[in-house]
Amino acid sequence: MTFQATSSRFWLARPFTERATQLFLGVLFAALLIVTVLHVAVPQGSALHVNAYTVNLFGKYLSYALLAVAVDLVWGYLGILSLGHGAFFAIGGYAMGMYLMRQIGDRGTYGDPVLPDFMVFLNWDSLPWYWLGFDMAWFAFAMVLLAPGLLALIFGFLAFRSRVTGVYLSIITQALTFALMLAFFRNEMGFGGNNGLTDFREILGFNLRSSDTRLGLFLASGVALALGYVLCRAIVTSKLGRVCVATRDAEARTRFIGYRVERFQLFVFVVSAMLAGVAGALYVPQVGIINPSEFSPLFSIEIVLWVALGGRATLYGAVIGAILVNYAKTVFTGVMPDAWLFALGGLFVLVTVLLPKGVAGLFSHLRRRDSTYSREASA
Amino acid sequence: MSFFESLRERDRVFDFMTPQASTVDVRHGPILYMEDVTVSFDGFKAINKLNLTIDDGELRCIIGPNGAGKTTMMDIITGKTRPNEGSVWFGSRHNLLKMNEPEIASLGIGRKFQKPTVFEALSVFENLELAMAADKRIFPTLTARMTGETRDRIEEVLTTIGLTELRFQPAGILSHGQKQWLEIGMLLMQRPRLLLVDEPVAGMTEQEMERTAELLTRLAGKQSVVVVEHDMGFVRSIARKVTVLHQGSVLAEGSMDQVASDPSVVEVYLGADDEEAA
Repeated sequence: MTFQATSSRFWLARPFTERATQLFLGVLFAALLIVTVLHVAVPQGSALHVNAYTVNLFGKYLSYALLAVAVDLVWGYLGILSLGHGAFFAIGGYAMGMYLMRQIGDRGTYGDPVLPDFMVFLNWDSLPWYWLGFDMAWFAFAMVLLAPGLLALIFGFLAFRSRVTGVYLSIITQALTFALMLAFFRNEMGFGGNNGLTDFREILGFNLRSSDTRLGLFLASGVALALGYVLCRAIVTSKLGRVCVATRDAEARTRFIGYRVERFQLFVFVVSAMLAGVAGALYVPQVGIINPSEFSPLFSIEIVLWVALGGRATLYGAVIGAILVNYAKTVFTGVMPDAWLFALGGLFVLVTVLLPKGVAGLFSHLRRRDSTYSREASA
Repeated sequence: MSFFESLRERDRVFDFMTPQASTVDVRHGPILYMEDVTVSFDGFKAINKLNLTIDDGELRCIIGPNGAGKTTMMDIITGKTRPNEGSVWFGSRHNLLKMNEPEIASLGIGRKFQKPTVFEALSVFENLELAMAADKRIFPTLTARMTGETRDRIEEVLTTIGLTELRFQPAGILSHGQKQWLEIGMLLMQRPRLLLVDEPVAGMTEQEMERTAELLTRLAGKQSVVVVEHDMGFVRSIARKVTVLHQGSVLAEGSMDQVASDPSVVEVYLGADDEEAA
């Protein structure tokens, strides 16, 4: 953590002056460029060629990374351990899924020009009111931000106003996502029940099955991650970010100095939920399905594990953790599917014991050793 | 002269440009005035017909055995506890009993609690920055920029509390005494009129005590300071006027020597303390 009080710069410009953010953005954009070049320019037979499947996989990792950044913002800096961030991710995903469903039009199995297949199957004769407008991209994309934001606003308002914090808050966030999972499983909810929303065709007129669209979604996820990262960095390097850290460490004291702590918590919680929603919206077209299992409490806990593994309260640690764990998951579930949960558990135990500050802690440890060394050398 | 012409007068400072002078009216002397204050918790009178007056710029020590009502008195002044009877005035204009905690704090009453709580993950400088009197709503806080003026103010307080050297260190590494000074500094950032300081030297070394005494005497004059303290040596070293509380009301008031020679005081408090010390 750096010890630097508010600079005189405009708050959104501050992250760009930080070495760590410059490095992060540099690495991220270099990775995006390399994958694009290897996918497009290298011929398919070559060993260096990155196929569409892998691009798609990386795109999925990047949307998970954005989700992890959102969780790190509230957990690392505000001290709110949300075990229900999967809910905001899933709601953002559902908003995108509804748009993609409406894009299918009359090409569905039942050929109804308006109703998605599952509604025809349920013998519904018109769209429920909350599906209206989702045929328009701008409306659906606005809902990707607004729907999770609104849920976080209502939930957070009630929780923070009653000064629910710590483990109690964690438990009710679990309850929130669990309740939503049960609700979305019901066919009457109008979100496709058990099967969720799937069989998507097009996004903004581009065929979702073409490898160019997949590359586009991969790049969009990368850009969204970069923007989300810079936004979170701008928040945590502002005076508001320091109020968050103060709240995390001594809530009563922060309130006593004159900050309305519950409003700060609410603001950051809503921003984080919106970022999670964007991550979900980018995830859905890349995996081609959204169903209630994204609301599962286990998934939300897994997100927290990514952040813990990568290193809390660093933001880039969350990105590293999300990508690392999900890469390991892909490899392990391919090689021996039954061993994955043991591997995840083992990894978590190992990191907790050996790297209490996560992978990012290892970096800063090395850097500090390095700087001590250079200081000694120059003395 | 029309309004628009008057706007072109560049040598005039408009009223809204001048910093708002404090609304606390101390023309009649006292900055804090408590009269016949009584607080009872389930029949037990923690404060019993307490009368206390603090003058503007005064440094006052309040002593008394455990359960004498010192902390309850502070709670009443800061609005945490409501008395059953009596009146509490800040200056001659503000009735503190009609105000809530944040309102009282923004009037300029700062309180330092016994146990130092600073924001350990933040630097000394950042601790002071957060404590500064400023617009504390969300968006102004998000977009806040460091101005030369705030920097100067923070540096000024850093000098006062003697932590200039440590300003970029995390507050978590400070010693107990340094944390106490930082907390006093955080109160000073809010430009208080009245500082309530609860047992500032508990757990301090001799040297730290001396520096604290120096700090508190320097603060008096610019603002009124009320110190609640158990340590007699410390009280003797700073106090011009001492108030002894006993069973919720004032037992004696005066200079340290006057109070120390008062037989009733010796009986309830000082005697016992001297025996302990002996």
